[in-house]
Amino acid sequence: MDLAYLALLGAMLTIATPLLLAALGELVCERAGLLNLGIEGTMYAGAFSGFAVAHQTGSPWAGLVAALVVGMVAGLFVGLLTIGLGVNQHVAGIGTTLLLIASCDFINRLQYGGGSVPKVPKFELLLKDTPVASQYLLTYVAFLVIAPVVFVTLRATGFGLRLRAVGENPEAADAAGVRVAGTRYAALAIGGTLMAAGGAFLTLALLGSFTLNITNGRGWVCIALVIFARWRVIPVVAGALLFAFVDALQLQLVITSAFSGVPREVMIALPYVVVIVALAVTGRNLTYPGAYLQPYRRS
Amino acid sequence: MSAPCSAQPDRSRGHSRMRRSRRFAGLSALIAVALLAAACGGNTGDSKGSSSDVPLVYGVFATPLEEPWDGAIHTALKAADADGDIVYKYTDNNDSPDKMTRTLRDLIANEEPDIIFGDAFAAEDAVREVAADSEDTTFVFGSGEKPAGPNLSTFDNWMQDPAYLAGMLSGGMTTSNVIGVVAALPIPEVNRIVNAYIEGVKETNPQATVKVTFINSFFDPTTAKQAALAQVSQGADILFAERAGVIEAAVEKDLPVIGMMVDQKDEAPENVVTSLVWNMRPTIDHVVDKVKAGSLPSTDLAEFSFMKHDGSSLAPINTDVPGGVPDELLQQIDDKKAAILDGSFETPVDEDAPAGSTTVGE
Repeated sequence: MDLAYLALLGAMLTIATPLLLAALGELVCERAGLLNLGIEGTMYAGAFSGFAVAHQTGSPWAGLVAALVVGMVAGLFVGLLTIGLGVNQHVAGIGTTLLLIASCDFINRLQYGGGSVPKVPKFELLLKDTPVASQYLLTYVAFLVIAPVVFVTLRATGFGLRLRAVGENPEAADAAGVRVAGTRYAALAIGGTLMAAGGAFLTLALLGSFTLNITNGRGWVCIALVIFARWRVIPVVAGALLFAFVDALQLQLVITSAFSGVPREVMIALPYVVVIVALAVTGRNLTYPGAYLQPYRRS
Repeated sequence: MSAPCSAQPDRSRGHSRMRRSRRFAGLSALIAVALLAAACGGNTGDSKGSSSDVPLVYGVFATPLEEPWDGAIHTALKAADADGDIVYKYTDNNDSPDKMTRTLRDLIANEEPDIIFGDAFAAEDAVREVAADSEDTTFVFGSGEKPAGPNLSTFDNWMQDPAYLAGMLSGGMTTSNVIGVVAALPIPEVNRIVNAYIEGVKETNPQATVKVTFINSFFDPTTAKQAALAQVSQGADILFAERAGVIEAAVEKDLPVIGMMVDQKDEAPENVVTSLVWNMRPTIDHVVDKVKAGSLPSTDLAEFSFMKHDGSSLAPINTDVPGGVPDELLQQIDDKKAAILDGSFETPVDEDAPAGSTTVGE
């Protein structure tokens, strides 16, 4: 079978980038005890706001900054609902996703409705024509900067310790003088920023334009990845790479003569099947963060 | 997700019942706002008064207008409105049969449109049921099925003619003898375009292999781009972008690419060699003329999308693309186009799903 193996590895890194960024964002939230189901909407809002601001300003950097700010605000909004108002986290998260996607589609219609969507300046590939290493800057940043920083921060800094403490046992953290609500807001702000960065990667690096449904469920894949990784950073990186590898592999396999006979639906489902199987194998006897899904009120 | 659901909060102590209900009210209000925003997906066009001699035409679309297929109809109807031939209003995102039914019945009762254009693929039965109950309204719907009753005519994007010509062009341009096609879903209206394209490749290059990827979505340009890059990694040196995202891959790899639906040359002037263009205007003009003259009997309007009726075309060929286009090939395509227009060549129509990899000569 004539597969292009180097291209496969390159595609794996590209496809994994938005998943890794958003999944790390989700991991930070969940380690603080907050399931942020606003992830899909936050990615979408990051993708759209990055695109729209890049279009207005002519600079992908300005677009990226705008996307990060929008992501942070989206995270704080989920915080307002779940921490400030004590709303059920499932409802708050899904409501946020619906709100953000509908708002972006609405603004998109007002701004670009009917006509063709403009091309915006985008980030170019680094090391063009080098196999595997030819990637966007955000891919390098995600794997070489953000993942290690999240890993070290959670494991070895005071802030990381406080964040994990409010996710495991907010009463004890509170008694020890940790500001529970403040720490959780910070986790959501950081998480939202990372999710939006994942979305902005789609519009500002991969495409340089925007279409409806651009995230296409990637946020939900990230939720599964975080559980699959048991809320640890290195397995999140591995999970994102695994999903992306199978996705890149099926894109190559469907166009080989050997696999022409296999129903396409099976091939397209393959990455999802792999994630579900991986979850079924590793996801038994999960130990959730101790205060997962629980609002905290000082009694 | 059942495990987290069962671990519902039980540590939040010390609320008074009063505070809890105030919070509940706040939450309800927020959810209501969120749902309202989500429900406002469907947009209605500007309202204008309808005078008796200019028919009121409604576009009732299942997908958002941003989808290129409905976008092509919308663009043509807007142009007809600007020319003063019709008064045009629209609604989109009627993406389920019940929504489609409700929208159609509501419109017919309240606005009494003379003609309704739309796409019935996602709601064939619903559209047919409403049409049967509303014989005073002319229904013109994109459909995979036959016309029905006295008032339901059908059309579709029958673009096999420009697809065949684009295939000839691709077959003549490739030097690796590998060609990539990225398309939405293996449904008849997509299959016949891809199959005609493959037939065209066969005419100019019987050694070529055509690789076809379906991304299973109308909107997923990032996956479409990755699919195109996978084809390039397996040797494809010219791409057919049935979906958005492929042109970006062609730009990245500096390869020629064929666009779809509208002339996409502006998106990448150094890479887009031509585009398959769908022009709904002949279909619309025929329908409006008939309705103005009395009524349109239920008709299969397919041929109004054919090249010979100017319903579809190949955009002007851009020779400033990587590798260039040989003059001899341009002549061959011109000759074939003339044969299509004078009726001496009829492009074959095949609606079966093409294979992931087809060596055309075999």
